[in-house]
Amino acid sequence: MRVLYFAWVKSKVGIGEEQVEPPAGVGTVGALLDWLSDRSPKHAAALANRSVVRIAVNQEYVGADHPVKPGDEVALFPPVTGG
Amino acid sequence: MIRVQREDFDLGAEVVALTQGRTDIGGVASFIGLVRDVAGGESVGAMTLEHYPGMTEKKLQEIDAEANRRWPLSASLIIHRFGRLEPGDRIVLVITASSHRQAALESCAFLIDWLKTKAPFWKQEETAAGPQWVEARESDDKAAERWVARPGGGE
Repeated sequence: MRVLYFAWVKSKVGIGEEQVEPPAGVGTVGALLDWLSDRSPKHAAALANRSVVRIAVNQEYVGADHPVKPGDEVALFPPVTGG
Repeated sequence: MIRVQREDFDLGAEVVALTQGRTDIGGVASFIGLVRDVAGGESVGAMTLEHYPGMTEKKLQEIDAEANRRWPLSASLIIHRFGRLEPGDRIVLVITASSHRQAALESCAFLIDWLKTKAPFWKQEETAAGPQWVEARESDDKAAERWVARPGGGE
C-alpha cells in the first residue's frame, strides 16, 4: 500500500510518501491512521488531530470508515487551499 | 478542458483559442486569481503551491464536467499553476463561454468556488516568521456551499 503525505502533514511526518504493509486486521482508513500513528512520534504528531486531516483513497475523498486494501493509494493532507 | 502547469498563462490568447471559429458563443466570462502581498495582516514575500499530481487533474476534470452538466456551456477552461509564485503573479484562470451571459457568468463563479474547496492544492507562504501553510477558510466553504442545492442553468 502506498501512502502519500502533502502540505503540513508531509512536513510533520518528514517524508512525502512511503510503502507500507499493515497487518490484515487494518481494514479501514481509521484503522490505518491508528496503525500509522504508531510508526513514529512524527507520524503520531502529524495525525494527532484527525479533524484537520483529509483522506483520499485511490484519488477519491473518503471518510474514516472507508475500506483499505493492499495495493491502494492512500493520501493524507490538510484541507485544500488552492484557487 | 483543464491544465495544471508551472508556466504562466495569457488570458487573451486563451480566450482566442477557446472561441476562434465559433459563432455560437454569445458571451465569455473569466476569472483570474492573483498572489497578494498581504495575507491575514502579514506581509507575504512569495508562495509555493503544492499539489497532488494525478488527483488534481482528476478533480479539476470532474469539476469542469459538473459545470458543463449544470449549465449549457459552449466551452470551458481551467488552468491552475503550481510551484513558486510571487505577489502579482497569476495562480488560476477560469474561462466559460455560452450562448448567453448568465450561464457563462454563473458557471465561472461556480468553478472557482468549487475548485477552491475540492482541488488538492496547498499554499505555503513565505513570511517574516518563516514559511507558513495557509489554513483553509470557512468563507471558502460557505462560497462553495451556496452551489450545493442550486441547479443553475438559468432557472
